[in-house]
Amino acid sequence: MQSDVIAVNEHHSDNDTTDVFGFWLYIMTDCILFACLFATFIVLNLPGAPGPDLKNYLNLSDVLIETFLLLFSNFTFCLAVLNLYQDKFAKVQAWLAISFLLGASFVFIEVSEFIHLANEGFRWDLSGKASSFFTLVGTHGLHVSCGLLWILLMIMQLFLLKDTNAIKRRMTYLGLFWNFLDIVWIFVFTIVYLVGAI
Amino acid sequence: MLEHLLFGNLTLEAIPLHSPIIVGAGLFMVLVALAVVVLITIYGQWSYIWNEWITSVDHKKIGIMYLILSGVMLLRGFSDAILMRSQQAIAAGNNLGYLPPEHYDQIFSAHGVIMIFFVAMPMMFALLNIAVPLQIGARDVAYPYLNSLSFWLTFVGAMLCNASLVIGDFAKTGWLAYPPLAELYYSPGVGVDYFIWSLQIAGVGTLLAGINFIATIIKMRCKGMTLMRMPIFVWSALCAMILVALAFPVLTVTLALLFLDRMFGMHFFTDFAGGNIMMYINLIWVWGHPEVYILILPAFGVFSEVVATFSQKVLFGYVTMVWAIAIITFLSFVVWLHHFFTMGAGADVNAFFGVATMIIAIPTGVKVFNWLFTMYQGRIILATPMLWVTAFFTTFAIGGMTGVMMAVPPVDFQVHNSLFLVAHFHNVIIGGVLFGYFAGIIYWFPKAFGFRLDETWGKWAFAFWVLGFYVAFMPLYVLGLNGFMRRVNHYSDTMYQPYFIVAAIGAGLILIGIFLQIGQLIVSIKNRHALRDRTGDPWHGRTLEWSVSSPAPLYNFAVLPTVDSRDPFWAYKETHLAEGHVHPKDLHFQPIHLPKNTAAGFIIAMFAGITGFALIWHMWIPGVIGFLGVILTLIAKTFSTDTDYYLDAETVRRTELAHLKEAI
Repeated sequence: MQSDVIAVNEHHSDNDTTDVFGFWLYIMTDCILFACLFATFIVLNLPGAPGPDLKNYLNLSDVLIETFLLLFSNFTFCLAVLNLYQDKFAKVQAWLAISFLLGASFVFIEVSEFIHLANEGFRWDLSGKASSFFTLVGTHGLHVSCGLLWILLMIMQLFLLKDTNAIKRRMTYLGLFWNFLDIVWIFVFTIVYLVGAI
Repeated sequence: MLEHLLFGNLTLEAIPLHSPIIVGAGLFMVLVALAVVVLITIYGQWSYIWNEWITSVDHKKIGIMYLILSGVMLLRGFSDAILMRSQQAIAAGNNLGYLPPEHYDQIFSAHGVIMIFFVAMPMMFALLNIAVPLQIGARDVAYPYLNSLSFWLTFVGAMLCNASLVIGDFAKTGWLAYPPLAELYYSPGVGVDYFIWSLQIAGVGTLLAGINFIATIIKMRCKGMTLMRMPIFVWSALCAMILVALAFPVLTVTLALLFLDRMFGMHFFTDFAGGNIMMYINLIWVWGHPEVYILILPAFGVFSEVVATFSQKVLFGYVTMVWAIAIITFLSFVVWLHHFFTMGAGADVNAFFGVATMIIAIPTGVKVFNWLFTMYQGRIILATPMLWVTAFFTTFAIGGMTGVMMAVPPVDFQVHNSLFLVAHFHNVIIGGVLFGYFAGIIYWFPKAFGFRLDETWGKWAFAFWVLGFYVAFMPLYVLGLNGFMRRVNHYSDTMYQPYFIVAAIGAGLILIGIFLQIGQLIVSIKNRHALRDRTGDPWHGRTLEWSVSSPAPLYNFAVLPTVDSRDPFWAYKETHLAEGHVHPKDLHFQPIHLPKNTAAGFIIAMFAGITGFALIWHMWIPGVIGFLGVILTLIAKTFSTDTDYYLDAETVRRTELAHLKEAI
């Protein structure tokens, strides 16, 4: 068993694939989290649930703009990653900054939408429908905000950190996270807004 | 205004000075904590505690800290049990007992929460931390810093739960805080908030630990250890951790929604304005049912290791064992509705969940028979771990049988929420989970601490525990079949009283068992030189953890092992011992890359605790400080590049030679 062959005494978790695997696992758990919120949303919005419908208050064109902002920010993030693999760090930072601006506009529009809805009377404490809407969409928005903070941090670390491996690994995580939020948004767009508007 | 921002709803009146029992318990707790602090200060051990334990990222030390946490919380949870048993034993007819209903309600809620979250879960993670990396031939878990964070989050959750004893009160809602009772308009105090935040923080810790162990087991097995060569304990840990990763996000969401209801007046689980109470009960059991399998699977793993070692035989039916675990893992997600057949989902739905529940008995039966066949014709050594296994067989069979009874919806309608149910789940959780963990603790104790536990004291503790268990819980079956409901503070019909007196005697016997275990620990520490495990292989073990010294060195394996069979150490001993040991002089040691200790996990968890406490009492300024503290510490940690070091080859060599000298 303990063979005489000397194994290479590499550090156990220096291994990039182990770390990325762990981040995938985290993404999976976040998936479950959103699945629960979607399930709650659907149950509380079944036909006959009391309270006014979202569609009476909704401005769908805002939602479309939000969608494009988020999708474009994902696209620009991919451009950042392409540059990362050519080690053009200045360009990476520029594309990250653009992704940040797009994402920030998304959050800005979402928050204004929330304020608008609340002012119109569709408040979170109005009914089960309203609660589940604000919680589901708000949780996604909160995730995007965390992602924004992370992008800022990444831009800073591109200046400060010398360890290219660590930077590439962190960009992989951030990319997974940012893509994941896009996919969740597609479901939010479909289940909350499109189905809700019918 | 500022005062409200700082202290929220917290006033001095929150300390229940009017209740002698609570004040006594609180004072005792504070005194014990003070005594520990004073002792550490007198002996000048603060830097040792800080450097070697609090900031440690070593899985073996984190395992020991989990073990201490669960042991302390076991005492707390068990004193709740003693209070309940004595209350029910005397509160019949005209006697109202000594516990007022609002206090009794907190006791049974706290008992459930503590026993599941802060006794069973930490005990499981203690065993996982101590054994899994060693069994798979790894130097540590995949993410050591995350491991430390997980522990400290669990610790903070437990401390919040303890704080509720002295500051304010705990939930009076039962251990799962069903709405609408848990909503603000029926539970206006801070009790449910304590429940939410202690579980939320501990739950995040558990989730992170789950991810950590999945990555460890999937990615860090030593060369040659294919999935089908992993020890069964590692298999059971893997499946349990997959359940953690799938189930704990549901708990996070459920608690968060309940919090939103209470804090912002939302309507998820209210009984008006479109809220749906049954949504909560579905969600909490979608987490809650897998949770019981998260607890029992590692216990099954321990039994597999212990039975094979103490029968000195290869485990019977390894492949069926793995499949049984996998099937149980899957099935545990399609049975949650059996916790509330009475919801009225209709005959078809109830039938589906009833049948699915009964099917679980089949893979479980496969496992029990595998253990029995392993013992068949084995040379059984009845050491204490093995005794716990034998007690488990009968106890768990009874618990399983009553479980299958309740899986039949019409029967469940009769015994739902009765003491029959209480007897059933204590039957499987004590008889399965706890007995298994006790076996595991005694089994791996030498590996963690370097000396064995005293066998005589251990056998007496075993006898009192098992006897006490039967005396305490068999009467509850009878009472439940007679229609006696759970969570009852007082009953007018004295016909029931004899059963409760017997049950109280049983709890007393278990108490003696616990005292004997404490005695066992003290005696073993006193005799630690006589009980010293010199070889690192005290039980004639089969798996890799026994191939290194006890306690395992910092780096676990000087040379990472390569395996080519299921019981690698056993096979090695059979083939190599005759030829004599490989002498370390012939080996070339290399420097070993290890993670550095970090205080980040501890600091983040402390800030999380401040945030939780602030949210409970609506203290906005501390809340913001705590929240920012968590975020900033996380960010600061990402800037640190000084995270690991090389342990030089000479130190490794000296450590190994010292072990070899002692072993020979």
